[in-house]
Amino acid sequence: MIRVRGLTKRFGTTTVLDDIDLDIADGERVVVIGPSGTGKSTLLRCLNFLDRPEAGRIEIGSVSVDAARAGRRDILALRRATSFVFQNYALFANRTAKENIMEALVTVQGRSKAEAEARAMEVLGETGLADKADSYPAALSGGQQQRVGIGRAMAIGAELMLFDEPTSALDPEWVGEVLDLMRRVAERRQTMLIVTHEMSFAREIADRILFMDGGRIVEQGPPADLLSSPRDERLQRFLRRVG
Amino acid sequence: MRALDLDYMLGLVPVILGYVPLTLFMAAVAMVCALILASLLAVERVVRVPGLDWLVILFISFFRGTPLLVQLFLFYYGLPQVVSVLTQINGVTAAIMGLTLHFAAYMAEAIRAAITGVDRSQWEAAQSIGMTQGQMMRRIVLPQAARIAAPTLVNYFIDMIKGTSLAFTLGVTEMMGATQKEASGSFLYFEAFLVVAVIYWIIVEVLSQGQKQLETRLGRAFAR
Ligand SMILES: Nc1ncnc2c1ncn2[C@@H]1O[C@H](COP(=O)(O)OP(=O)(O)OP(=O)(O)O)[C@@H](O)[C@H]1O
Ligand SMILES: [Mg+2]
Repeated sequence: MIRVRGLTKRFGTTTVLDDIDLDIADGERVVVIGPSGTGKSTLLRCLNFLDRPEAGRIEIGSVSVDAARAGRRDILALRRATSFVFQNYALFANRTAKENIMEALVTVQGRSKAEAEARAMEVLGETGLADKADSYPAALSGGQQQRVGIGRAMAIGAELMLFDEPTSALDPEWVGEVLDLMRRVAERRQTMLIVTHEMSFAREIADRILFMDGGRIVEQGPPADLLSSPRDERLQRFLRRVG
Repeated sequence: MRALDLDYMLGLVPVILGYVPLTLFMAAVAMVCALILASLLAVERVVRVPGLDWLVILFISFFRGTPLLVQLFLFYYGLPQVVSVLTQINGVTAAIMGLTLHFAAYMAEAIRAAITGVDRSQWEAAQSIGMTQGQMMRRIVLPQAARIAAPTLVNYFIDMIKGTSLAFTLGVTEMMGATQKEASGSFLYFEAFLVVAVIYWIIVEVLSQGQKQLETRLGRAFAR
């Protein structure tokens, strides 16, 4: 169970997240849509403290953090309860595909090398990249890198997986394989919060869609309702634009 | 113009070669110490520990801003007069200390620049999986910074090897000191210093070959 209350983030004098409340049930798959610059990435980044919110309370499973007062330990606990898939993959450039997945297991979770390696190979198998285990990121295609990026996030076994436009940086030919992998993650009822512009994917995978504008959640609901009969005028305009 | 005394030069080669180990020893020890110190200084410069930052800036500024020879004299001849435990210090130790501090200051700047050259996304990925600052630095950032800084650091190592010749001013009989002694006995200054110059040159050339291999190794992960 994820509970967010009053989450607020400012850059200088601009309020990028304006008093956000959000609950996500276990196993729920939530997709965030909205125009550029409305704080979608910032919402995800605040949930694992890549950006530090000014105010709000974040509860993820047993971890509960008051943003205004969060110390080093709170921040680490929150980050360990979440995992992040980046738009630009952000694989560790000095680690092979397998080592990228092992890194969190060994360094952060303190598992043995052998155990981490076995888990990494298992995950690589699921991502269809077992044969690339010993390749460095520079030698992988964008789609392969992002599949490793998702594998790295899966292996952690975090309560909540965050995806920030995981297919936006990809050449069109690689988008399909990454979305397929995300579908497989979703089938396991992994709790996911996904920012994407792939509307048909959103419609298919989401239990609920959030529409953000101007740092607020303007409208939300199951894809069928939200996309077919949008109430808010801004959402109507947005949907006309993205088709 | 007179002809070079080739027999004398050939005879001198093994004598000077006998001092190569001492020169390499001083340079190697100073390099290891300087690398460790420089990494600490560089990390401090990046994360900015309050209360420590000004001290690091001052240290780097002083040791970059004054000649190595002056620093060596300060350590060897000057400091023991003020700090009594240092009266025991011998020339080799003083030279290693001086080289360490001097080059640590330069290398700290090179490493700091390399750390800031590591892509932001690498830091964020490390943070996102819950690594501590230390883990992120040790396992992700510094190894990648090493690759960026390697060519510069090897150049400093080469400078350091040449810098060990200054130890002779502290009374250490290393390659340069030995050559000086030989030359003042034979009065064949040109021959003697030519021999030692060529030996330094060869050492540096051999190292430059090693540099290429090191760079290939560090670049392995980044090759397509
Ligand atoms: N580090 C930063 N410093 C200052 N302003 C920032 C910073 N990061 C984001 N912003 C601003 O915050 C606002 C929200 O940015 P954010 O990246 O969350 O938008 P987004 O909804 O993800 O947009 P997009 O769809 O283009 O990715 C933008 O106006 C952006 O300019
Ligand atoms: Mg964004």
